[in-house]
Amino acid sequence: MQRPLIVMFLAALAAMPAANAAPRDDILAGYAAQAKADDAAFGGFSATRGEALYRDRHGGGKPDTSSCTSCHGDKTRAAGRTPVGKAIDPVAVSVAPTRYTEPAKVEKWFRRNCREVLGRECTAREKGDWLAFMMTQ
Amino acid sequence: MTTVIRSIVVGAVLFAAGAVMLSRAKAGSDEFFPPVTDPLTRQECGGCHMAFPAGLLPARSWQKVMGELDNHFGDDASVDAATARQINTYLMAHAADSAGNGGMHRWLRGVSAAAAPQRITELPKWVREHREVARSDWTRKEVASKANCVACHVDAERGYFEDD
Ligand code: HEC
Ligand code: HEC
Ligand code: HEC
Repeated sequence: MQRPLIVMFLAALAAMPAANAAPRDDILAGYAAQAKADDAAFGGFSATRGEALYRDRHGGGKPDTSSCTSCHGDKTRAAGRTPVGKAIDPVAVSVAPTRYTEPAKVEKWFRRNCREVLGRECTAREKGDWLAFMMTQ
Repeated sequence: MTTVIRSIVVGAVLFAAGAVMLSRAKAGSDEFFPPVTDPLTRQECGGCHMAFPAGLLPARSWQKVMGELDNHFGDDASVDAATARQINTYLMAHAADSAGNGGMHRWLRGVSAAAAPQRITELPKWVREHREVARSDWTRKEVASKANCVACHVDAERGYFEDD
């Protein structure tokens, strides 16, 4: 009874370095399935569209936070800042490998921040595009 | 009881009393507000601004804040029901007027018992403590907001708000 547990434990340890990528891939796969359900012509996520979502000034949300860069900053690998003045850790995966690994956290902030900037929730395609962009950063 | 044991016991009692008095003194001053110790509250209430110490507002204020998270100063700070319940319990238990916080009633001077202010920065005591802060200090770029305590109180995350 004990041995299989130990083997599983060792296997889990061995898998640790990849542990951050797997949940992120699952999150991305979930968005892909939803994007496909929303639009049968969906042909995959685009880092280019993700960058536009990140940098563009949008209407519909709050005037003083009209872009994702209003808080996350122009440089994805540098710290951002909230309107209250608190620092935000960078959003680029290369410097923040633990980001986009907790589905509930990712969803909560997409919901809040898309409403804040766009005045509506982001679509699954937009969320996947953002992740695709951040994974190139 | 031998003398040795008796003196150890007396020593221990005195030490304990001293420790209690020390923590009283700290809690009773306007300089130290114990930082948030609940990890969930730190995480959920510390993303957009510092996780404000619970002792900075009375329980009725925290209740109001927690009841209106979906429109939190114009932001959506809502969390799921179980999370909200845990944060609410923590904040209520450590509020300025909670049983364990005897010394902090002074912080609430001037707040009517019927009022539940959501802003720390509108408490009469907070306003009084900051009356002499220069205008140019508030407009410094790193300050951004009165609620950005950390910009001026460098040790605020550890609970210290002394003059500096
Ligand atoms: C008003 C300030 C603000 C704006 C504007 C903003 N964000 Fe954020 N964002 C935050 C804060 C604060 C966090 C959480 C802090 C942290 O996790 O370090 C965050 C976290 C996130 C996360 C979670 C990352 C993770 O670790 O899982 C995502 C995704 C995100 N933001 C997407 C966006 C998108 C998309 C936009 C533009 C449509 C945007 N944000 C605009 C403040 C903002
Ligand atoms: C999505 C961002 C966000 C989150 C998450 C958030 N807040 Fe806030 N909070 C704000 C903003 C914006 C203000 C207004 C700050 C200003 O006036 O500059 C604010 C202000 C406050 C104030 C009043 C500060 C003052 O001016 O005295 C309190 C108290 C407060 N928040 C408590 C909380 C608690 C408790 C939580 C966790 C349940 C929380 N906040 C989570 C954005 C947030
Ligand atoms: C622009 C800078 C600035 C900001 C922002 C700021 N403070 Fe202060 N605060 C000061 C200064 C300066 C003093 C000392 C004032 C004096 O002695 O005249 C002070 C005094 C205090 C005191 C009294 C300390 C004592 O020694 O008795 C408390 C408590 C306090 N601040 C809490 C806060 C809290 C809580 C926040 C955020 C909600 C905050 N402050 C934001 C500058 C600031």
